[in-house]
Amino acid sequence: MRIYFALFKMRLIAGMQYRAAAWAGVVTQFFWGFMYIMIYRAFYASSSAEPPMAWPQLVSYIWLQQAFFSLIFVGRLDGELLSAIPNGLVAYELCRPYDLFSFWYARLLGLRLSAVLLRCLPVLVIAFLLPGDARMAPPAGFWGLSLFALSLLLSLLLVTAIAMFIYILTFVTLSPGGARLLILTGADFLQGSILPIPLMPPWLQRILDFLPFRYVADLPFRLYSGNIAGSEALFQIGVQVLWIAALLFLGQICFRRILGRVVVQGG
Amino acid sequence: MLYFKYIKMLLRSAMEYRASFFMGGIGQFFVAFFSFASMFLLFDRFGSIAGWSFAEAALCFAVTNAAFGISECVGRGFDVFDRMVVSGEFDRVLLRPRGTALQVLGSGFELGRVGSVLQSLVVLGLAVSWLPGWSFPKALILGLMILSGVAVFVGIFIVGGALSFFTVEGLEAVNVVSYGGRQVASYPLTIYPKWIVRFFSFIIPFGCFNYLPLLYLTGRAGGNALLYMLTPLLGLLFLVPCLLVWRFGVRHYLSTGN
Repeated sequence: MRIYFALFKMRLIAGMQYRAAAWAGVVTQFFWGFMYIMIYRAFYASSSAEPPMAWPQLVSYIWLQQAFFSLIFVGRLDGELLSAIPNGLVAYELCRPYDLFSFWYARLLGLRLSAVLLRCLPVLVIAFLLPGDARMAPPAGFWGLSLFALSLLLSLLLVTAIAMFIYILTFVTLSPGGARLLILTGADFLQGSILPIPLMPPWLQRILDFLPFRYVADLPFRLYSGNIAGSEALFQIGVQVLWIAALLFLGQICFRRILGRVVVQGG
Repeated sequence: MLYFKYIKMLLRSAMEYRASFFMGGIGQFFVAFFSFASMFLLFDRFGSIAGWSFAEAALCFAVTNAAFGISECVGRGFDVFDRMVVSGEFDRVLLRPRGTALQVLGSGFELGRVGSVLQSLVVLGLAVSWLPGWSFPKALILGLMILSGVAVFVGIFIVGGALSFFTVEGLEAVNVVSYGGRQVASYPLTIYPKWIVRFFSFIIPFGCFNYLPLLYLTGRAGGNALLYMLTPLLGLLFLVPCLLVWRFGVRHYLSTGN
């Protein structure tokens, strides 16, 4: 366990060095958030029907998505490891006397956490200072904020568990460009990053309840604004924990089976 | 002419990796598909946006995304031009007795984007069939809009490429304008605040190839129909300043050595 923690810390510190890239990311994230808000505002203004989510809740949802983009985006992977698989350098990784799954999982956790720590604060500060109805609303009380924080932490564990399957895919196909793109956009849509889940039709929401993706990016952001609260909130956090356990277990099994079959040519 | 030889060569090499090409194309198709599906779901819930119906917005989406997809196929060389500068490969380009812009344009062709172009064309077909009152001039303008859109996006890629003569940090800003611009221009520009509309009409002329001519296509132009019909031509003109920026960049190029 100590090894994995040390590794996690190493990645975290390494990731913190890329500050210029982080600033560029902040600008991008801010732009996208602002654009989505303008589009949804136009939709809200065009319809007299009761919207499925109050406007301030939607605004917080969008800004949180943008602020924590590096955390919730499944595609934020360790490029070094990803290219090590097809080019055979993975042989070195295989020599290590540790459990490779846990080793890579810790690395990816550190990478994601460093990326998000650098980016989230500036986006949030700007979002809180904006004038007019694009300004981010405060959380739904102390309870809402604590549930949000807990659930976001679990999100990090969950999304990294999902991302581990991309490594598995790379082991299987070696050049997964297209398949990876397909999975990543699919995951983006299913977790509500393209269209907020509360704005989707009810039948689709019911389906998404049974997939792991919305527990990554939808649940914490709705806890923040109190859109999900009370016993329902605790139940859904429970589901989140179950998904983490299930996917980690499944990922570990797949990893073990695939590593048993890996052939590295030359070296 | 030389350009088509380049393209033929690149296509042939892409076809050597057929499975990879098809998977890439399918992936791109679904990227565009999810984006369109989200738009559909929003209209399904809210009915309309600022007085524009789903069919009209779909037309806007299709024109923008078709243009973006085609320009990504064609302008790939400029999109990844920073690698050419970093690796010093641009020195070789300078040695050849042909224009640099042409050579860089011919250095990359991203066939996988055909998937997203295909998706946009399907949406375009649907939107055209939903909207009444088509005529020959309207169809002509529609084609011109896509062509003009390609010119605008390629222009952005050229400026982005030229930027990498000076810095590798500013490239994210180019992505905001190209990818972000595509997303912005997928909806009729009227839904945005005035200053955004002005920025995307006069500085980067997205409005010229979709919003303004769309006013004519959807019968909103009033007496100024002719004026709105001609705006796509302004989009084509956008290439001129972009190429000037490119030339300015080439003149200031310092090799990294190789």
